[in-house]
Amino acid sequence: MSATLNIRAVRAILRYEMARARRALVQSIVSPVLSTVLYFIVFGAAIGTRISHVGGISYAAFIVPGLIMQTVLSQSISFASFAIYFPRFTGTIYEILSAPVSFVEVICGYVGAAAMKSITTGLIILFISFFFVPLHILHPLWMVGFLTLTCAAFSLLGFIIGIWADDFEQLQLVPLLVVTPLSFLGGSFYSIKMLPPLWQKISLANPVVYLISCFRWSFYGHADVPVGISLAVIGTFFIVCLSITAWIFKTGYRLRN
Amino acid sequence: MTPAISIKGLSKTYAGGFAALKDVNLDIRRGEIFALLGPNGAGKTTLISIICGIVKRSGGSVTVCGHDTVQDYQAARKAIGLVPQELTIEHFETPWDTASFSRGLFGKAPDPKLIEDLLKRFSLWDKKDSQIRRLSGGMKRRVMICKALAHEPQVLFLDEPTAGVDVELRKSMWDQVRLLRESGVTIILTTHYLEEAEEIADRVGVISHGNLILTEDKDALMKKLGKKELVIDLVEAHSAIPPALSGFDLTLSESGRRITLTYETGGGDTGEGVGGISRLLEKMKADGIAYHDLSTRQSTLEEIFIRLVGRS
Repeated sequence: MSATLNIRAVRAILRYEMARARRALVQSIVSPVLSTVLYFIVFGAAIGTRISHVGGISYAAFIVPGLIMQTVLSQSISFASFAIYFPRFTGTIYEILSAPVSFVEVICGYVGAAAMKSITTGLIILFISFFFVPLHILHPLWMVGFLTLTCAAFSLLGFIIGIWADDFEQLQLVPLLVVTPLSFLGGSFYSIKMLPPLWQKISLANPVVYLISCFRWSFYGHADVPVGISLAVIGTFFIVCLSITAWIFKTGYRLRN
Repeated sequence: MTPAISIKGLSKTYAGGFAALKDVNLDIRRGEIFALLGPNGAGKTTLISIICGIVKRSGGSVTVCGHDTVQDYQAARKAIGLVPQELTIEHFETPWDTASFSRGLFGKAPDPKLIEDLLKRFSLWDKKDSQIRRLSGGMKRRVMICKALAHEPQVLFLDEPTAGVDVELRKSMWDQVRLLRESGVTIILTTHYLEEAEEIADRVGVISHGNLILTEDKDALMKKLGKKELVIDLVEAHSAIPPALSGFDLTLSESGRRITLTYETGGGDTGEGVGGISRLLEKMKADGIAYHDLSTRQSTLEEIFIRLVGRS
């Protein structure tokens, strides 16, 4: 472990990653924003007329926090996994491996950049949604806090996937086969209280339920599961991902053979 | 003064059981150009990769300017610039951005003047804002050298720097390498061409099958390895070397129809050198030993390696 943090290295990686996002602005930010906004226009307008209110909130407003969560968590994974997988794929990773940086700097750089990008994506979606949906945010600080923690945790997960993956198929495996179903079943479009009791219990095994529930709580003060438990779940998830990343750097897994 | 690099008992066995390095010991002096010579798969890149922190060592120790590459890796790596063998470079970046990135990554404060000087020195200044994918192969390699030099390293590794490089670029690259050495940078380069080592290096190390077979001053090595052979095909078979030719370093083939003279290229006109050829041919003519063909060949590096391995 390093005695002093190589701040300049962190800054270099951050700047580099942000420049990459700017070069591919449509792919990295515009496209996820557009597809999410389309979701809440179509779902909110079409289905919202039939389900007028969920827990006293208009359906269009109800789905906004969940949709933001769904987008930022898949984007966090995608940003971070690509950011570290590409240098491995092209071979430019040699420079990171031979640089005087510890896992702390690499994580701050790559995961920090991925999280910043997905937070930006989330905030843009939120901003745009104000034009379509009557929104109010009861606990804005909590909202930003949950958003940040979620983006950081899932960027870490993406980083791990990017190091684990040996080809592009593996890179997509977890996001497509695990994260997408979990996030669609995570209660973006419904309150889990609307489900039959058995499915309510099963849903509690889905970590995304906790993320969406507490994020929605920060908007409207209604939560499917207690906020404290949600916070504990996501905090634990963050720490587990961080430990795995630390282990990766300690052992050189898939990086230094 | 501590050596630029000190390697003690270094070994590397990959997960599959392949022993890429076996008990390598080597000191590289400050300010020298050291050529690491060896055939493909000898362990050159593994050795460099361990020193630079890309590959984990299995045993032994390495220090760079006195800093252990594991315990004190940050200080060790700050001293190193690495130009890998493959053209691995971010294609959508510009030379300016990527060199500036490298400097930051190694913990140095931005220094636009230094980057400008570097790009100018390597004739990349007019391409500083072009995407790297639009540059030629030679330019890409120069960008990689600029990246490696952007943090002002004390030790520079060039892993097969002339692979796929034309004569012109090779010449200018060697000029730059000499300039760097004059400014006090230690340079370690790998190659499998003996001529390259001859052209540029102060000292040469030969590596084969993971063993460092020898390290020697270049001049001494060239003398040792610079042997040639003259092969003469005789008209008649002989059972032994004809007595008249006993004063020469000759071997007779099993068929008795071919004799081989080994001589040194640097041997001069008399004695063991090139002059020996004419003396031998004159002797053969005087003695009536007829031949129908002759040819000369230089020992290839491959053969030299085999000879060295056999001896070690």
